[in-house]
Amino acid sequence: MGETVARFEIGYSRCLDSSGRAAGPLPDFALDPGTVTGLYRALVRTRTFDTKAIALQRTGRLGTYASSLGQEAVSVGVASAMRPEDVLLPSFREHGAQLLRGVTPLELLLYWGGDERGSAFSGPRQDFPISVPVGSHAPHAVGVALALKLRREARVAVCIFGDGATSKGDVAEALNISAVWRLPVVFIVSNNQWAISVPRRLQSAAETLAQKAIAAGLPGEQVDGNDVIAVRLAAAAAIERARRGDGPSLLEALTYRLGDHTTADDASRYRGDEEVTPHWQEEPILRLRKYLGESCRWTRKDEDHLLRETAAEIESASAAYLATAPQEPGLIFHYTYAALPLDLERQRDAMLAATELEPANPKATA
Amino acid sequence: MTETSLVQAVNLALARAMQEDERVLVLGEDVGADGGVFRATDGLLRRFGQKRVFDTPLAEAAIAGLSIGLAAQGFRPVTEIQFTGFIYSTIDQLANHAARLRTRTRGRLTCPMVMRSPCGGGIRAIEHHSESPEAMFAHIPGLRVVIPSTPKRAYGLLLAAIRDPDPVVFFEPTRLYRASREELADDGVAVPLDRCFVEREGSDVTLVGWGGMVGEALSAAETLAASGISVEVIDVATLKPLDADTILASVRKTGRCVIAHEAPLTGGFGGEIAARIAEQALLSLLAPVVRVAGHDTVIPLPRLEQYYFPNARRIADAVNRAMAYG
Repeated sequence: MGETVARFEIGYSRCLDSSGRAAGPLPDFALDPGTVTGLYRALVRTRTFDTKAIALQRTGRLGTYASSLGQEAVSVGVASAMRPEDVLLPSFREHGAQLLRGVTPLELLLYWGGDERGSAFSGPRQDFPISVPVGSHAPHAVGVALALKLRREARVAVCIFGDGATSKGDVAEALNISAVWRLPVVFIVSNNQWAISVPRRLQSAAETLAQKAIAAGLPGEQVDGNDVIAVRLAAAAAIERARRGDGPSLLEALTYRLGDHTTADDASRYRGDEEVTPHWQEEPILRLRKYLGESCRWTRKDEDHLLRETAAEIESASAAYLATAPQEPGLIFHYTYAALPLDLERQRDAMLAATELEPANPKATA
Repeated sequence: MTETSLVQAVNLALARAMQEDERVLVLGEDVGADGGVFRATDGLLRRFGQKRVFDTPLAEAAIAGLSIGLAAQGFRPVTEIQFTGFIYSTIDQLANHAARLRTRTRGRLTCPMVMRSPCGGGIRAIEHHSESPEAMFAHIPGLRVVIPSTPKRAYGLLLAAIRDPDPVVFFEPTRLYRASREELADDGVAVPLDRCFVEREGSDVTLVGWGGMVGEALSAAETLAASGISVEVIDVATLKPLDADTILASVRKTGRCVIAHEAPLTGGFGGEIAARIAEQALLSLLAPVVRVAGHDTVIPLPRLEQYYFPNARRIADAVNRAMAYG
């Protein structure tokens, strides 16, 4: 008989059940009304933005957009556990994290509206732009974490990707190296159960995606991704562990994509209402609102005030977005290299001559 | 001044760059204790220590990807991809991320990384060890693609590549690693990127090559001189961005152009050069542009490789064809 040489188990945590009641002992921050209402506000703001973005797209005023409907608690919970000096490496559905870290709604609308200037976003200056290719940003987080470790900075790289990304070699390679070098990086799997039309069960035969971390030599666990309290608690533990120098870890947040993959997708082609409807009972904003009402004396008046405030902010961003002056076409060339090579300068001049425009002054609109 | 081979020149340039700039890191497979399979990084670990020289796990895509993270954080990673046959999995990282990080952040994050890789054939290597995929990389906006042809040029171009603020793919022709030595002063002087170099002046035909083909071209030029044909030889050195002006000026003077590269004919970078000539110097041409290239086949195993790679004889034949036209 052989002997057992390794064992592992995967933990799962939640703080609030789907009716918003404590599922066990709550962390201290969950008892602080200021913190909890802050999280609630971030969730509502994210969804308000999302609703507006979809409305703009449906009326032909925004490009293809990836909705975060239903999975806001992963984005917000993780970002709320980060310090400003940490580095976020998000995938394309993490509007909640970007907004919380200081990217403005206007900048997000510009980006998704196809305006290059949306890429010059505010907020922490070392955060990465969203990765549109799935999972290939995971190795970037390894490089960022290595840089932080080499400089002995108490900062952490936080990389968010989806369930589909865990099938990719980039993610496996990144997990592996991060553990070998014991780097200050946290990988978040925002498992929304669908990679466009492919459900989780067809993505991987592993019982959990968290256990992929175990194979690479770093801790992995699951958390209820629709429970922002639990996400924040688990993410904070992982981030602070990395900050202490105890190495990387992975958190699989279980959530559900309530909307289409993007506005160019029609999810009814591959999943029916009977699949989606029950998940509305689990969605994160409703759950936290119930908790707020019972534990933080959140009133209808508070709710109305918040909704008005976030709606006003997003409406104002939308108006500014729609009123933004056109870009200077010559700027296509400006950021390809640090200095424009002669070859490109000629291409730019030819383009501008053909369109009868003056050469762009990057300072004017950069 | 010491007699230096191309691989030693690479080693000297790496050491010089690491000495003058503490942001320069060297990483890749077997680059540490082993000093690289060609010894290009020999002695760097001992001299600069484990915080500057890293042996990575065997994962080319992640080597490229983590270099992007390091570069965005202000380091200057110089990675080694052990053989060019293994570089294909890095193309995703380079094309989707490294080459467009500056654009995607409007200059907030940049990617000053160098990816070095031994390239080309002629050393009777095993499969996947003789590739010349430079055109694939030259097709990617935002990258620089550099290939030295001599030890001195390798030293100077690599220093320039490491100091450059944008990502550079740096191919090192394996056939030249130890083929010859030349006097080289380790003086830290870079050779400018984005420039072609006239290696030999001539008046009858312009012969364009890079990397391992420059020596073959010079050898062909010598042979042809004996039969009265004056050949101008150009080392392209930086394929992207291309210094077309140097090539066009030469072709306007000679009226003929032969382009030699090891890579397969179709889609090879010779096609780009021929197109530039057709667009901008057509009326100077006395003969069609001739390309001498690898065939559109899989690179054969070593016993037949002499039939695949261009050499001085095939290049001279092509020049003779250009001279005989019309």
